[in-house]
Amino acid sequence: MSIKLTVLSEIEQIAEQQQKTLAPLTDDSILMNTGLDSLCFAVLVARLEDRLGVDPFSESDDISFPVTLGDFVRVYENAAR
Amino acid sequence: MPHAETLPLRHRLGGPQSEGRFFRGASGSVAFADLRGGTSLGGRLSELAGRAVLLATLDQLAAALALIELDGIARRIVLCPPDLAAGYLPEIAANAEVDAIVSDRHPADFANLGIPLHIGATCVVESSAPPTDCCRTTWLLLTSGTTGAPKLVSHDVVSLSAPIKPTAQAPIWGTFYDIRRYGGLQIFFRAVVGGGSLILSSVCEPVADHLQRLASHGVTHLSGTPSHWRRALMSSAIREILPAYVRLSGEIADQAILDNLRSFFPRARVGHAYASTEAGVAFEVNDGRAGFPASFVGIGQRDVDVKIEDGSLRLRSARTASCYAGRDTPALLDADGFVDTGDMVELRGDRYHFVGRKGGIINVGGQKVHPEEVEAAINRHPAVWASLVRARRSPITGAIVAAEVVLKDTSIQEDGMAAQTEREIIELCRQNIAPHKVPAVIRFVPSLNVSDTGKLLRHGRP
Repeated sequence: MSIKLTVLSEIEQIAEQQQKTLAPLTDDSILMNTGLDSLCFAVLVARLEDRLGVDPFSESDDISFPVTLGDFVRVYENAAR
Repeated sequence: MPHAETLPLRHRLGGPQSEGRFFRGASGSVAFADLRGGTSLGGRLSELAGRAVLLATLDQLAAALALIELDGIARRIVLCPPDLAAGYLPEIAANAEVDAIVSDRHPADFANLGIPLHIGATCVVESSAPPTDCCRTTWLLLTSGTTGAPKLVSHDVVSLSAPIKPTAQAPIWGTFYDIRRYGGLQIFFRAVVGGGSLILSSVCEPVADHLQRLASHGVTHLSGTPSHWRRALMSSAIREILPAYVRLSGEIADQAILDNLRSFFPRARVGHAYASTEAGVAFEVNDGRAGFPASFVGIGQRDVDVKIEDGSLRLRSARTASCYAGRDTPALLDADGFVDTGDMVELRGDRYHFVGRKGGIINVGGQKVHPEEVEAAINRHPAVWASLVRARRSPITGAIVAAEVVLKDTSIQEDGMAAQTEREIIELCRQNIAPHKVPAVIRFVPSLNVSDTGKLLRHGRP
């Protein structure tokens, strides 16, 4: 599964578990408007670390948290390289 | 004539069924009748009169016999658990002003303490003249704290035996604890003061062998932590015992383990007791439900005063230890004589529930989570055997809740059911606890580590 698909499937699962209604997801979606709160993102980053083996936000101090979904996926794609 | 409560233990070995009473260790046993007129210390007990004795034996039976002899003779007894790190001994010996050692180990093991009087402890009782009681002995128990040197908690025969009511039958007690720890010592006292017998555990003995020994000697009353019991229930040898009383203490007894024990031993009384080394035994709960009735809280109503302050349980009674022994030790009691147990409780309806330890809180984005509360929620899933919750760092919220879960059927991990079970556990938690407390990640593991004191190890590496 591509990194993008992994991210999307985890987001959908977390939204379901946390009973959040997701806005339609595109690369330009603003993360804070997706319907997920900061707890959901904390869960997402932890689960992605388990699945992809990286946590780009803890490993580097100079990464600011991305604004769009596309940026978020790119952070993981860059970290995986 | 001294009050019965202060009588040294050697005078409590009789009773209506004294003929059949015994201590039984893994490698031998001693009848109380022999102990009444005998010595396991090679007849050297008189040399220990008025002394502060470090009792450090490998064999638990040797410790039990020495305790009976030393009470009322020694000024102090320091009970060393078998797992005590040798590096702490000099500090403990200095704090307790130890001037004699009773041990079944080689004197050279204690050479660095510079204490000339070393008396061998044995499991063999020879007859001897009865000794003359000379003092009320202070019993110093070691706390099982996870950091730094253990503290010495000061008890005596009254505080240790206060919660025990004499029984008509002669119970045959067994315990998964070591008697050098408060939980096990409480059972030692129950057997000796309560007119019964005691089957001792043994370090390194496999659970199945221990259960078989308990079965063959007819255990009627059996005590341990919830972790001890979960481990015992996983052994097929558990089917051989038929206790009348099943007792849990030392950790939070959640509804899942109480229900498991009740369905496994339908004829037994299943109760959980609240006790700590410092506070002594506070109360027993025998209605089969987790937590305790709110009516237990109050002052002057029962033999133990109970109050809740800043969310933690505080106790005052004759069973409370008097102080920590040694120099520069913190106060054990507050100004009103209460011990702060550090155990946090929460009122739900007419019942208080234990939610966790004061220091064990996970901070998820500023919101507090007690690991034990999450474990209790996870353990309600029928497929779950046990769980351990801890903090995992998070760049978003500082920490998140991570759970390790042992399933009853470990094959689920292989056949793809795990994802489904994980979803169900999370759903169950969502229904019962706040969203920030629901585990963010769940890992299925084959087992969890349990400490020498029978409690889940919370601080080891995952």
